[in-house]
Amino acid sequence: MLGAFLKKGDVISGAVLAALGVFIITQSRAWDYYTLDGPGPGFFPFWYGVAMVVLSLLLIVSSARNGDDGKSKGVDWPATGRAMMTWLAFAVSVALMNFLGFLISFALLAFFLVTVIFRRPVITAAVVAVTSALAFHLIFPVALSVSLPTGPFGF
Amino acid sequence: MDIASGLLHGFAVALQPSNVIWCFVGCLLGTIVGIMPGLGPAATIALLLPLTFKMDPSGGIIMLAGIYYGAKYGGSTTSILLNIPGESSSVVTCLDGYQMARKGRAGAALGIAAIASFVAGTVGVIGLTLVAPPVAAFALSFSSPEYFALMCLGLALVVLLSGASLLKGLLSLLLGLWLTSIGTDLFTAQSRFIFGQATLLGGIDFMVVAIGVFAIGEVLGSVEDGEEAKVLPVPRGFRNLLPNAEELKACRFAFLNGSITGFLVGCLPGGGATISSFIAYGIEKAVSKHPEQFGKGAPEGVAAPEGANNADTGGALVPLLTLGIPSGGSTAIMLSALVLWGVKPGPLMMQESPDVFWGLVASMYIGNVVLLILNLPLVPLFAQILRLPVYVLFPIIFGISIVGAYGASGRMFDLGLLVGFGLLGYAMSKLKYPSAPLILGFVLGDAMERALRQSLMMSQGDLLTLVERPISAIMLSLALVILLIPLFGWLNRLRVRAITENG
Repeated sequence: MLGAFLKKGDVISGAVLAALGVFIITQSRAWDYYTLDGPGPGFFPFWYGVAMVVLSLLLIVSSARNGDDGKSKGVDWPATGRAMMTWLAFAVSVALMNFLGFLISFALLAFFLVTVIFRRPVITAAVVAVTSALAFHLIFPVALSVSLPTGPFGF
Repeated sequence: MDIASGLLHGFAVALQPSNVIWCFVGCLLGTIVGIMPGLGPAATIALLLPLTFKMDPSGGIIMLAGIYYGAKYGGSTTSILLNIPGESSSVVTCLDGYQMARKGRAGAALGIAAIASFVAGTVGVIGLTLVAPPVAAFALSFSSPEYFALMCLGLALVVLLSGASLLKGLLSLLLGLWLTSIGTDLFTAQSRFIFGQATLLGGIDFMVVAIGVFAIGEVLGSVEDGEEAKVLPVPRGFRNLLPNAEELKACRFAFLNGSITGFLVGCLPGGGATISSFIAYGIEKAVSKHPEQFGKGAPEGVAAPEGANNADTGGALVPLLTLGIPSGGSTAIMLSALVLWGVKPGPLMMQESPDVFWGLVASMYIGNVVLLILNLPLVPLFAQILRLPVYVLFPIIFGISIVGAYGASGRMFDLGLLVGFGLLGYAMSKLKYPSAPLILGFVLGDAMERALRQSLMMSQGDLLTLVERPISAIMLSLALVILLIPLFGWLNRLRVRAITENG
């Protein structure tokens, strides 16, 4: 029962936001709330922090009181997994850009998405990855002089 | 400058060859990206905004506006041919548009959508031309308390209309206010919430938040579906795209209804094209002599929501250009772009930046004609975009997002933030937290804090100053009433029904 309750996204997100609200209030107390000139840098954050805590708690309470109405669909884990794998691949490719530059990191991301997420043949993935990465390189850094992260090979 | 001379000046700006090209490019890009399912106007503008950074403000805003209403035109194509709305404001168009397409009238449905968009889009711009100057003149009397109250009212409306849960809308707004506080306090130079990172002293770049929450968040949501939808065929040939006389006759009132409803609802912060298209469809069905035909391929069921969707653009620009208050995600991005170019939207914009203001208004008359030309004969061509596989499309969107976020600042740190905001956008959509209040809170947060602190400085700390001035008292009272709506059961049920029926 408690497990099902805690699994509810509203309760979890409400708790996270309530914690953020407490953090905001705590931080704002370190800055001037009111100065001789008027409200200080802590004034506005203090009040929206308070509002965040109050509203988050209201969300948790209302969610707990309403319970499961039976209408809400459960989480589609395979679909969510696809989205999270895509996000993770994106995060890894951004991290790799520090070392490999945009061109190679982006090609790797595209290759991964096409083969693993969309389950297309390796040849198709290679063609999409190479042509799209080259197209980005030619359009942005070369034609439009837009800077992109560079790696050890200068691209 | 009166309205007529302002508009003439605007046409002189908008008809400069470079600006005509930017208008055309904006309309074309908007239509193309708008046709792709999963990317709405806000995400489209966020993705393509970096292209305008090196342009002059008039050309840049003309192109952005072209993208904005071009994406709305394009949204109807997916609704009619795929039964998948290109953006939320095209949800209602699916009901009758897809049914018409299934009966072999896809061409006529696309034609009706294009004609309705043109008629209502033009009416919306006429409304903007006539309404903006008096609104700006009225707003000249505003001081800090009125601006603070106006922002409270605008944000309250956005929260009210953005999602079924008012609590989640408010929390999304507060999150936006917090994110915009990160950086250096403008009054005292005190650093706030920077977590020891010197790169955060200048605050978080708006582009990173907008692209992350809208574009990456939407793509992650679309990746979940995986399946590629089947496109219904579009008949080739210009004649096949024209509705017959009987269909046009049935749509007469729908064109007018969509135009007026779209413009009026568009003027309201938070109103947005989704709500206006739903209301226009509801009115059309209510006054129809054969309401039983709705949902089965009634032409007016396409004309009314598509008209409202496009008339909304003119309405949405009224509060943005005259008060500096964006009414939704798309106009919030346009506000940031204007500020970036050194243009300050508000009551003085017409005097301080007549080229930008009137140039933009005039370009929208031109843009509507461009879009009619693009959308009638070229729809079969645009429909081919729908055949672009998602496994090609999604990597491209990721690439453009990286270019957009990195190109603005050249900092790897911003790409890290982009990853974080992408996850936030996805989590918000999964948990049904509306993203528009977050974006508006982020855009308006600084100005709101400044207006509040200036008001309290003027009154030496007396909060009553906010309610002693009649205009601010009225606006704050309205904001309070709006936020109390959930306490009135029947009114809240109406609100929730209007929002949830729009997906």
